[in-house]
Amino acid sequence: MINPILVLDVFLLLLVAATAIAVISVRSLFSATILAGIYSLLMALVWTNMHALDVAFTEASVGAGISTILLLGALVLTKRFAKKEATVHVPALLICVITGLVLIYGTIDMPKFGDPNAPIHTHRVPRLVQQQVGKHETAAPRDKGHAHEGHPDDDFNGHAPNTVTSLLAAYRGYDTMFETAVIFVAGISLLLLLRRRREGDPGVVASSPADRNGPREGRGRETEGSRS
Amino acid sequence: MASPDRGRPGEQMSQQTLLRVVAKMTIPFILVFGVYVILHGEIGPGGGFQGGVILAAAFILYGLVFGADELRRRIPPPIIDACMALGALFYASVGLASLLRGGTFLDYGMLKPHHAGDGEALGMSLVEYGVGLTVCSVMVTIYLMISERRSTIRPGEEGL
Repeated sequence: MINPILVLDVFLLLLVAATAIAVISVRSLFSATILAGIYSLLMALVWTNMHALDVAFTEASVGAGISTILLLGALVLTKRFAKKEATVHVPALLICVITGLVLIYGTIDMPKFGDPNAPIHTHRVPRLVQQQVGKHETAAPRDKGHAHEGHPDDDFNGHAPNTVTSLLAAYRGYDTMFETAVIFVAGISLLLLLRRRREGDPGVVASSPADRNGPREGRGRETEGSRS
Repeated sequence: MASPDRGRPGEQMSQQTLLRVVAKMTIPFILVFGVYVILHGEIGPGGGFQGGVILAAAFILYGLVFGADELRRRIPPPIIDACMALGALFYASVGLASLLRGGTFLDYGMLKPHHAGDGEALGMSLVEYGVGLTVCSVMVTIYLMISERRSTIRPGEEGL
């Protein structure tokens, strides 16, 4: 008896592997970008097949959506084709294969997918799903809340029904806060590095009129010079 | 009708009627969906991060079709910068609010002392809004920074 979900999983993962090989072998950067988007979309399907809807959502919106768009934006500034690659670099290939084998060896110890007796299903998660876990002894006592008025179908008693969100935002609230801080710092450093500045501002060297209508190749060096 | 200024793909794209019409039609739906994902983060799949990225995708689509300068004119960069900080600040202040109400940092149950479950749901929603705001504005900033061509603005040139 073949499990149809397993068959679908294997089929999707084969497609994912084929797309990944296509991404690294194709020389047109535009094709590579679009193939990377397809890769993310296929991975989103794999996550959906595993009932990891939040991960699938993130993969689809970030991997297939935003990062494809950002790569396309970066593509405008570069050439359309990658340089001809040298032949296969044997030591690098060996390191990759060995790392992959070690990782696969590591998964042998993991419990089987969907095993109800896996530690994650017996240890702490049942209490988390009930959402009775406070952060600290002094935390507010967990009650059942009261049902939302006007919502007869709401049997969650005011708790957050999406376990993933309640784990991310409440149980691992510090973690998520500093993740947000990391994103914020990334934005700030991007602004510090790449923001356009006016000529004549402190620290910005004015360019001479001869540079302005110069050839395109000169532009990169000119900006380099004006920054230093 | 080849434009002489080939280095500006945004301007070229805005010449195409089909792109303009389709973008104008789809952007409102993307925005509504992004807001929906942020607001329903604690009920269905998704949350602040995903919703913020979807919102940013709508703005970036606008920038791609009508040009990044047009996007900068619609949403001035100072506002985007402020939103970046405000989102993270909002998250932290929810934690501080529960601290001031006698709980520990980020103990949302304290937001509604008599109904800890409700307070928990409220705190999670508020925190997700903060995440969404920060993620959306940072993604738009990344796009705006990538789309810039030169690092300096010359005298007499239109600024940001």
